[in-house]
Amino acid sequence: MWPDERVVRFVNESFLPARVHVKDPDNAFKRISERFQAPWTPTILLLDPSGAEQHRIEGFLPTEDFLPQLMLGRARIAFHEQQWADAERRYRQIVEQFPNTDAAAEALYWAGVAPYKATGNPASLKATGEAFTKRYQTTSWAKKASVWR
Amino acid sequence: MPINFSHDVEQVLAQAKSQSKPVLLDFSAAPM
Repeated sequence: MWPDERVVRFVNESFLPARVHVKDPDNAFKRISERFQAPWTPTILLLDPSGAEQHRIEGFLPTEDFLPQLMLGRARIAFHEQQWADAERRYRQIVEQFPNTDAAAEALYWAGVAPYKATGNPASLKATGEAFTKRYQTTSWAKKASVWR
Repeated sequence: MPINFSHDVEQVLAQAKSQSKPVLLDFSAAPM
């Protein structure tokens, strides 16, 4: 996961990176893992600037799945900050660049929600519901979007 | 260029607030 050049670039551009290792001194892992309720490794938490968790990745993933999960987390932070256009752009990037990953279906869903949150116009929800009839039909995200058609 | 992980979580959380930048917090058991 970590040695991949694309992952390194995305992390350095997008986050302040911190690591807690099981062998860190002063019982740091136990203390911090309990604070963030992260009892397993690897676990990656993506926190907004206030320190609130917005996305969690538990367990190993190959780069082709890991990178879009990181992108999903960054998009979620933009969504949480009500940066609707930025969130939509980030979600659509995931669908375009990693269309065959689990993250893509979730990203497609939220890419439809973000413009609705910005405008109140349900057209983007309807379009997203329609899009899920053509791709990712077997995912839970397609079921969730089915009410928008 | 590697990722320069800080092991000072409190300092990173404080920097995140002052810089309005998100944090990636990695809980790891990988060989050091």
